[in-house]
Amino acid sequence: MSRSEALPQGHPSISPAIAPAIAVELSQAAVSFGKPGKTVAALQETNLRIAEGEFVALVGPSGCGKSTILRLTAGLLNPTRGAVIVGGREVGAKALRIGMAFQNPTMLPWLTIERNVMLPLKIVRPFRSDYRAKRRTEFRDRVHALLADVGLDKFANHYPWQLSGGMLQRANLCRALIHEPSLLLLDEPFGALDQFTREELWGTMQSLWLTRKPTVLLITHDLKEAGFLASRICVMSARPGRIIDDSAVVFPRPRTVEMTFDADFVALNQRLRDLIIDARSDTAIQGA
Amino acid sequence: MSYELRRRLWAALLILGFFAAWEILCLVLQVSDLVLPRPTQVFATLAARFGILWPHVMQTLWTTMIGFVLGVTVGVVIGAAIGVSRTAYDTVYPLLIGFSSIPKVAVVPIFVLWFGSGATPAILTALAMCFFPIVVNIATGLATTEPELEDVLKSLGASKLDILWNVGLPRTMPFFFASLKIAVTFAFVGSVLSETVASNKGIGNVMMTASSNFDVPLVFAGLFLLAALGILLYVAFSLVEAHVTGWATRRQGFASA
Repeated sequence: MSRSEALPQGHPSISPAIAPAIAVELSQAAVSFGKPGKTVAALQETNLRIAEGEFVALVGPSGCGKSTILRLTAGLLNPTRGAVIVGGREVGAKALRIGMAFQNPTMLPWLTIERNVMLPLKIVRPFRSDYRAKRRTEFRDRVHALLADVGLDKFANHYPWQLSGGMLQRANLCRALIHEPSLLLLDEPFGALDQFTREELWGTMQSLWLTRKPTVLLITHDLKEAGFLASRICVMSARPGRIIDDSAVVFPRPRTVEMTFDADFVALNQRLRDLIIDARSDTAIQGA
Repeated sequence: MSYELRRRLWAALLILGFFAAWEILCLVLQVSDLVLPRPTQVFATLAARFGILWPHVMQTLWTTMIGFVLGVTVGVVIGAAIGVSRTAYDTVYPLLIGFSSIPKVAVVPIFVLWFGSGATPAILTALAMCFFPIVVNIATGLATTEPELEDVLKSLGASKLDILWNVGLPRTMPFFFASLKIAVTFAFVGSVLSETVASNKGIGNVMMTASSNFDVPLVFAGLFLLAALGILLYVAFSLVEAHVTGWATRRQGFASA
């Protein structure tokens, strides 16, 4: 079955010849937890398409199912209904080339930063078969080059506890990117950092994306962060979530922190903020 | 370094002071050596009968070590199974708790009944005494793996074995070595216990025979030997622990060294 057949009908405007390939597609994907008859809906029927090379930010009130979408895309969770298609095939037990980073950097304390970043090469095919032979040569150079990109080259032989939170998060991004994934899934990676470190890391993330162009799905609570990094922002409603707004972010790149004070940028923030506040108050009324 | 030196000096002084106080109190209160021999008498007995005691030391040592190695093996296997699988945890744990709460003195006669007196019940008692702390520590170490890290690895297509090998087991090491130190002293208690009940060899047996002959200095000599062996084994495993799991103790300059 070819990829175009796998996609649902009803998008006549997108001709496969011109449109970029679809990296991620959720079609009517819904998730509910619990025993039959006593289920709790975590995610309502959701449709989401992410084109290759797109940077999509997912914002919404907490507990709305953002992480559920991420876990669906990563293949860590199966949809109760609907389908999740990543890289042209349905997500299942098959290994995909995905990079992931969470708010908690989860570096292994017994390995140096170099070895921590190298960990995916030990596990992902086709690298894993060469790991023993190349870990001191080719793979090592590769890790060092990536660490240099984020300004951590001098810390390759340090242990995680010797690094600050911001540095650990940089290493975490490196670990998510070292195996050159075509899809990068980020779950509030900068959420635990202070304002200045966070803004610094936005810049790092932006340049990593501009040079490598992976498809990115970023979950965040920070609307400024979404506006700074994303090429498209999806807003979700309160639990059980669904996507209530989907809009492109057209600011030119590379974006700077100064731009976040421009009237256009502030207006975008304001609009997203209003959407989320509305979504929150809806549940408050339902719950009352 | 001077702080370190002072600390060691104080520790040594405390030990010396303990023996000195014991010696002096026995002399002043004129305690009979049938009740409590003085340390000097004990050391004299140790020196005089060392040739006879040595084979018994070796007997206790090897039964302890075999029991310990078997106990560690059993403990690691059960601990890994319990730590990885929720089902194994739920089914095996109640039985294990029940077993571990049985006083091991009560099991020795059963071992003797099955295998006769001698080395076998000593080894089995050592095993029974020492495997439980290892099971608990390995299981705890495996169960505390961060779920986010597991997600990261699973999304890379890591198998359960990959995760166990690269994350689970290394994370367990500090717990494992901490439990080894406890387990080796427990194994020691187990084999001596068995020797006092049913054996004609080993330090436990020497002490039982000596006490029935009212040779109290020899009983205490046995006690001193047990303490010395216990310290020796503890120190040995502490050194291994410091070497293997140094990452868990955040010493300054550890990474640059």
